[in-house]
Amino acid sequence: MSLISELDYGTPARQSATGVTLEIDGKPVTVPEGTSVMRAAMECGVQVPRLCATDSLEPFGSCRLCVVEIEGRKGTPASCTTPAEAGMKVTTQSPKLARLRRGVMELYISDHPLDCLTCPANGDCELQDMAGAVGLREVRYGYEGANHLHEAKDESNPYFTFDPAKCIVCSRCVRACDDVQGTFALTVKGRGFASKISPGDMLFLDSECVSCGACVQACPTATLTEKSVIAAGQPEHSVITTCAYCGVGCSFKAEMQGNEVVRMVPFKDGKANHGHACVKGRFAWGYTTHKDRVLTPMIREKITDPWREVSWDEAINYAAGEFKRIQAKYGRDSIGGITSSRCTNEETFLVQKLVRAAFGNNNVDTCARVCHSPTGYGLKATFGTSAGTQDFDSVDEADVIMVIGANPTDAHPVFASRMKRRLRAGAELIVVDPRRIDLVKTPHVEAKYHLGLQPGTNVAVINAMSHVVVTEGLVDEAFVAERCDRPTFERWLEFIADQRHSPEATEAVTGVPAAALRGAARLYATAGNAAIYYGLGVTEHSQGSTMVMGMANLAMATGNIGRRGVGVNPLRGQNNVQGSCDMGSFPHEFSGYRHVSDDAVRSTFEEAWGVILGGEPGLRIPNMLDAAVDGTFKGIYIQGEDIVQSDPNMRHVVAGLAAMECVVIQDLFLNETSSYAHVFLPGSSFLEKDGTFTNAERRISRVRRAIPPMAGLADWEVTIALARALGCEMAYEHPAEIMDEIARLTPTFSGVTYEKLDRLGSIQWPCNDNAPEGTPVMHVGGFVRGKGQFMITEFVATDERATDRFPLLLTTGRILSQYNVGAQTRRTANVLWRSEDLLEIHPWDAENRGINDGDLVELASRAGSTTLHASVSERMQPGVVYTTFHFPGTAVNVVTTEFADWATDCPEYKVTAVQVAKTSRPSAWQAAYEETRGETTRRKRAGSR
Amino acid sequence: MEDAKMVHKVNEIARFFAAYPHDEAVAGIADHLQKFWEPRYRRQLIEYARAGGAGLHPLALEAITSVTVPAEYR
Repeated sequence: MSLISELDYGTPARQSATGVTLEIDGKPVTVPEGTSVMRAAMECGVQVPRLCATDSLEPFGSCRLCVVEIEGRKGTPASCTTPAEAGMKVTTQSPKLARLRRGVMELYISDHPLDCLTCPANGDCELQDMAGAVGLREVRYGYEGANHLHEAKDESNPYFTFDPAKCIVCSRCVRACDDVQGTFALTVKGRGFASKISPGDMLFLDSECVSCGACVQACPTATLTEKSVIAAGQPEHSVITTCAYCGVGCSFKAEMQGNEVVRMVPFKDGKANHGHACVKGRFAWGYTTHKDRVLTPMIREKITDPWREVSWDEAINYAAGEFKRIQAKYGRDSIGGITSSRCTNEETFLVQKLVRAAFGNNNVDTCARVCHSPTGYGLKATFGTSAGTQDFDSVDEADVIMVIGANPTDAHPVFASRMKRRLRAGAELIVVDPRRIDLVKTPHVEAKYHLGLQPGTNVAVINAMSHVVVTEGLVDEAFVAERCDRPTFERWLEFIADQRHSPEATEAVTGVPAAALRGAARLYATAGNAAIYYGLGVTEHSQGSTMVMGMANLAMATGNIGRRGVGVNPLRGQNNVQGSCDMGSFPHEFSGYRHVSDDAVRSTFEEAWGVILGGEPGLRIPNMLDAAVDGTFKGIYIQGEDIVQSDPNMRHVVAGLAAMECVVIQDLFLNETSSYAHVFLPGSSFLEKDGTFTNAERRISRVRRAIPPMAGLADWEVTIALARALGCEMAYEHPAEIMDEIARLTPTFSGVTYEKLDRLGSIQWPCNDNAPEGTPVMHVGGFVRGKGQFMITEFVATDERATDRFPLLLTTGRILSQYNVGAQTRRTANVLWRSEDLLEIHPWDAENRGINDGDLVELASRAGSTTLHASVSERMQPGVVYTTFHFPGTAVNVVTTEFADWATDCPEYKVTAVQVAKTSRPSAWQAAYEETRGETTRRKRAGSR
Repeated sequence: MEDAKMVHKVNEIARFFAAYPHDEAVAGIADHLQKFWEPRYRRQLIEYARAGGAGLHPLALEAITSVTVPAEYR
């Protein structure tokens, strides 16, 4: 193992069908037209000295170190900003160039601390490297003149420092913030000698900086340095792996010293992120070694007992014994399992296999139940497969981007940066969201249309858009004729053309002005390539699946499917939620989305696993809880999920768990659900195991073990032990063998192997004989199901209505610094940005209730109430409030109801009728929670003794 | 599952398929219940419908007549 350093070509690659051939130091090289001389030189193995250039940024031409001589031209042009031309003869080394470069370096070094031996960048400093490269031996100007050596450090950011004394003002950080991240938080303040990098005359922590780390990565000196590097020193080896936060699935280099992570650096060759990251993946990995990690298995007979630490064997045998006892007493279908969207494909596959083959039923489900299950249902019905249509790179060719019910800058920040880059380059933006999310207006990006609809009216809005397309003659007739099912199209045409779907007719319900809706529909249909990106604001509704079908209808009617720049793209929430669905985590499907009632499919699994499998759908998570309350479901194995905090109507979740006789939790921490557990099996973080994650673009990427499992076993090994204890042999020595079995049993994965993943870096499924290296864009030339199917999507208003008693509508979601139930991010310095859930409320609604910013307020629905602090914000529209679900002390899911998507039971988190009132004390539930958590902690301690 | 909750869930399914022609709607509801509802809830639903099916959408009531439960779940 060694430290991996990607080659830096100095300037970005160019795409061109035309090649130009030139000579660099006598070596011929052919490059695409538009390529810089600097990059052309690197292409033939010649590195021109440079400081302000790096290939993630457009050339700037400020450092004057990369000067070259070009035959027939005057002067010494900068190679970074000079395009290669046919017939050019370039010289990169000459006495004249050497003299110039040394002169430049002398000026830099005359105002730079000479503390290389004690500098945190020692061994990783481009300034130091360039001093060596140009042969700097003296600084004729001395060091006594005016300088910046005593500038104060800014150490306010928890993850990196800014030391202006070491800054050479190359602007790489500013350009990274602008061009790569798109936040524009940094600037060069002052002119000439007074030039200084500034986050806006304030500390980094107080600025608009989002701590993505792009500036730190771009910095060629120790000016912007990770605090972990300052503390530990330079790493000595790297492990390429995949981030365990959101569904973007960024590729990272875990840079290590032995078994200690020094830093996580986004991997330039990662095809999902191309070397970019966000604050969570880049910096918030400290939870992996947090003191709260539970590293010893524990059991207890009753949930009121103290935990007792036991060996792995005792814990596994106790769990298996309990599951057997329960099945003997209550029947085969009285137990089940939940797979984790945070675990690997291989681990998820094993858990569903354990349920189907060892438990002998199909009672397996996954957290996609509460997020993107409608995506699977809706896209399968219309297109024929349960996944997004594009790769992320496709957005570069979109002419109009429609973001529906998603907040990418917070929840999928790395893709949001990519999207913003395309928007800055000229693509138009439509935002459909009740809130004025940041994307509506952010530096150099402004939505042409923001359709600020009423929560719960998505289907009415998408139908109205389709109505405009149909009635204004904007249908792509050729596409529909060639690619879509004619009878369903014609029926849909008649349905959608009805006047009741017109923007004017729906305006009163949706709250969207008809003119704006018509404008947005025309733009989407006529701009060229139109791409839809959507999130849980689409799916988490009583009509979630209907809305997915509605978007698919619109995309098909306008021909926006089956090529780059278009598509219907779910932005998946968790790192492996796509994979957990692919792997057969739903109770009605085997891996590859094949129904359990299909005899031919089932027989292939029966033959492979040597057991008879059930052909009836099993219980979904809410059904499991219902059945537990009813007394027919008594045991559950939950890997890496915290359903008490994440699932709706917490009281019902708790009642269901409390009614069970054996709850087995496998997790990193004693999460909220573990309060109702009888067995706790320590989990392993993504750094501790091998496997794969599949991101929102169907991209399968390797997760590689960087450190040994802290509790001794990786999650997949624990599942194997549990299966064996139940009499189900699972003979795998390595996750690669599990993937081989997945490939054998799953047609869309049949070409996937670890060897191919290592060779290609990542693979987008389907990967099989038809597509041996994967499928970046789906439905090219034809839909997976054959002809695209138009579905009838009548708008049906949710039964969750605002009333006199509960006059406001609550929607819930995420923020940038925290993630999901917060189990990971709450245990990092990210709490500096947000350490509690806040209720966003419009100033009018706040004023009507006498609420000021920061007041403690009660948030009450018909399901329950909680308290939290108010954040008065014009991002909200009147009548709508918003909060997050990151903190267990808030327990916002005490408030949410069990209303759910008609097809998939995905909860209607985005519409809960509530009332908000100023209060002075926590809710009764919160008071009880504090007491209970105290008890839990004490019991844990008692057990530990 | 509480009967009221079950009725609400089934009616939500019926409200989606109600946009389709009658026979297709009935078949769609029945197919959905057969494919996605675990047998114990199909059994509960059938028994509830046989007992009069109070509150059930007419299309759902019709669809339930063709929903089946395997012998081992009866």
